[in-house]
Amino acid sequence: MEVIRSQKRTASNDVVSNPKIPLYLTAPPLEVRLEEFELFAIDRLRVLKGVSDGLARGKNPKEMDDVVDALWKEHMRHSDASEMLNKDIISHFVIRLVYCRSDELKKWFLSMETALFRHRFRLRNFEAQRAIVGEFGLPYKAVTGAELEVPFEEVPDLVAGRRVLIQKGHAFVAGSQLVSLVVTQFRSHISKALILTNRKWMTTIREREKDRLTPIVEALSTTYVGPDYSQSSEYADISLKDIDQVSKSSFPLCMRHLFEKLREDHHLKHGGRMQLGLFLKGVGLKLDDALAFWRAEFSKKVGSERFDKEYAYGIRHNYGKEGKRTDYTPYACQKIISSAPGAGDHHGCPYRHFSEDNLRAALGRMGLSSRGMEDVMDKVRNKHFQLACTLTFEAVYGTSCDVGINHPNQYFEESQKILKSKTPAAPV
Amino acid sequence: MFITSEFTTARNLFPYTDIHKWLSYGHDGKHPGCDEYYFGRREFSFTLENDVYLRYKSFKSVSSLEHAIKSCFPYKIDIGAVYSVDPDKRHAYSQTGTNVFTPVERELVFDIDITDYDDVRYCCSGADVCSKCWPLMTVAIKVIHTSLKEDFGFKHILWVFSGRRGVHCWVCDPKARRMTNEQRSAVAEYFRVYKGNENNARKVALMGYSLHPFLARSYVDFLKGFFEGELQANQSIFSTKDKYDKILEMISDEDIQSELREKWEKSANRSSLSEEAISLVRWEQLKNTLQSKKHKAPTLRMCVEEIVFTFTYPRIDLEVSKQMNHLLKAPFCVHPKTGRVCVPIDPNNCDEFDPLAVPTLSQLIEEINSGGSKMDVDDDDDDDDTDTSLLGKSIKFFRSSFLEPLLKSCKEEIESSYKTKIGKSKDSFSW
Repeated sequence: MEVIRSQKRTASNDVVSNPKIPLYLTAPPLEVRLEEFELFAIDRLRVLKGVSDGLARGKNPKEMDDVVDALWKEHMRHSDASEMLNKDIISHFVIRLVYCRSDELKKWFLSMETALFRHRFRLRNFEAQRAIVGEFGLPYKAVTGAELEVPFEEVPDLVAGRRVLIQKGHAFVAGSQLVSLVVTQFRSHISKALILTNRKWMTTIREREKDRLTPIVEALSTTYVGPDYSQSSEYADISLKDIDQVSKSSFPLCMRHLFEKLREDHHLKHGGRMQLGLFLKGVGLKLDDALAFWRAEFSKKVGSERFDKEYAYGIRHNYGKEGKRTDYTPYACQKIISSAPGAGDHHGCPYRHFSEDNLRAALGRMGLSSRGMEDVMDKVRNKHFQLACTLTFEAVYGTSCDVGINHPNQYFEESQKILKSKTPAAPV
Repeated sequence: MFITSEFTTARNLFPYTDIHKWLSYGHDGKHPGCDEYYFGRREFSFTLENDVYLRYKSFKSVSSLEHAIKSCFPYKIDIGAVYSVDPDKRHAYSQTGTNVFTPVERELVFDIDITDYDDVRYCCSGADVCSKCWPLMTVAIKVIHTSLKEDFGFKHILWVFSGRRGVHCWVCDPKARRMTNEQRSAVAEYFRVYKGNENNARKVALMGYSLHPFLARSYVDFLKGFFEGELQANQSIFSTKDKYDKILEMISDEDIQSELREKWEKSANRSSLSEEAISLVRWEQLKNTLQSKKHKAPTLRMCVEEIVFTFTYPRIDLEVSKQMNHLLKAPFCVHPKTGRVCVPIDPNNCDEFDPLAVPTLSQLIEEINSGGSKMDVDDDDDDDDTDTSLLGKSIKFFRSSFLEPLLKSCKEEIESSYKTKIGKSKDSFSW
């Protein structure tokens, strides 16, 4: 696969009538523009993260079929079938490059790609499925119209569950069980491919591409793939007079805690100022209002002169009015969860960083019932912090949040949507 | 434990040549297709007298194996996997990249130990075994052996007495030796039915509308007859309240449990029948009751079969089978606690096998001292029918039923894969 700069891509000539599932056996001889290299990968990452989310929520296979179908249509579809296939293949190989670089990344990639493959396969009819079995080069015999005979070694999980008849080393696999057969093949192939790709990366690609692809590849593995909330939307436009009320009604726990501590102590350390400050920016607080807000609080502790001298600059910096004028984006959950709050800090993710007692108390103040709290604590114990926050959201607003929370500003916007739909006129 | 002179006998009686031939799988260097380093890549482990455990021992030839055993005095010898390089030299190879130290071949092995059946045998417990409970091992061999042959198509299967209270199985087909851990795990799980621990009363749960053909065949051909015949005779599993309560708990319907319990409590002292007869009567009653009431709940549908499986179906040690690097005791070792030799068992005649009649080391020593029958276990001469020694029969069986057919098929494979590689004509080479 060749990556080129801003040139028109060579039109692919293959006409694909059915939505085909490629097996990613070899990198295809396609040209791809540098921008597409990253964009295609991000779209596929959205699909893979959606799969990961669905699995973590314990969705059953049929539900996962629907999840995958929806995710694929949303992020990977193209009106031209061959364009869609190309994007499918290219994005897979890019992500493979990104995720081959450590054991943890490899494991995640292998699990998610295999799950994605499994559910895409399940959505196909028997003929299409049989064609795919053939493509793996498996020594199979079609026995009846709906059964294949394969060596038992090819279907270990069917053997283990005694779900197939075995005779003289041959397993008789029903159509509905083909999934197991191909998934085993697929997983094995991708697992080996990851090792080879890693070797190639380490020995040649990383060095050769250090000015072009390598920085993109290294960034992609930690990319947050949702909206960045740098521009306030219709649901995020608050003014100072509303801020206290809004903090109680629509802030996620992490921001509510920071806000309460700020009101209480009239101070926040740097980590807290960044996390809350950028969040407020995403929520629609204009620079002037932000300066007024922080000054009002800090001057109660350090005086307004010191505020102007030491803290105002930082706030202006967050809004892109100082220094290199980067308009910083509010932190996503991923970033907040992985932060390391120390003594005197109040930032971070409460689901991760609070003790169980403190978390329970905080959730109680948000109005969770004991039953709701147990569900949330269960997620916390299993280290699914974002799911815990999602459950909290669902409990507080009495509604389900299928996409899952992965950004505090998303929590805020979704919350505002719900509250405004209930009482359109009143400020919430 | 042994005294030195006994040790010497044990080491002299170990059939080095046969073991070497077996584990070489035809790579005897006499054919250009042979891998002369194959045997040297096999791991052995020695357990020495003061429980010192030496792993990753490997030997280039039968004489270096013999020499090591005769100088180290191991009282237990285990056989491990064939690795990618000599286990002795493993430190020279990294753990990642292309040149790794990793297992490449290993027999598919099973270990069945009678202590895993302690909850269903009343005659013995722990390390003891007797003629009343040993039949559990016999039926286990029959079930597993039949499946290995009929379901999986394996041909070269060696069953060995573990020396005290169980059996080992070595499946030596090339296909079996090359199985991955995942595939071994799959076969082990295929054989797994019993999922018991002290927390559940119903340790066998047969789901679905009908039994898998493997389970159905095992039930019809072996388990049902064994349960209703030999097991009842030996164990009388319904004869006392303690015993039958355990079985009643496996029935997931309280009403049926009470009905039977009442009936049996009433009849407890009134009968003049033997324990065995009482047991059989109660079994019939249980079967009839369940037959008429099985529609009450799905969990009752196969309750009768579940009870039979609980008491009779093989319980293998899953961990032994799942990993290629698991070591297993070598055949023909002497068990340190019983002194018995770990002799092969004929799966086609396993009813005849009596663990208490297996030659012990002291018997063998006596045989030697009394100048008894000629005994030379290292004698290569298969036609020697004059060897009527205690161990001779076992060695003979090992050679004729297992080793010879195995080596024949191995050599055929080496020859044919060599030919494929070279593309030469059929008559160029011969053994």
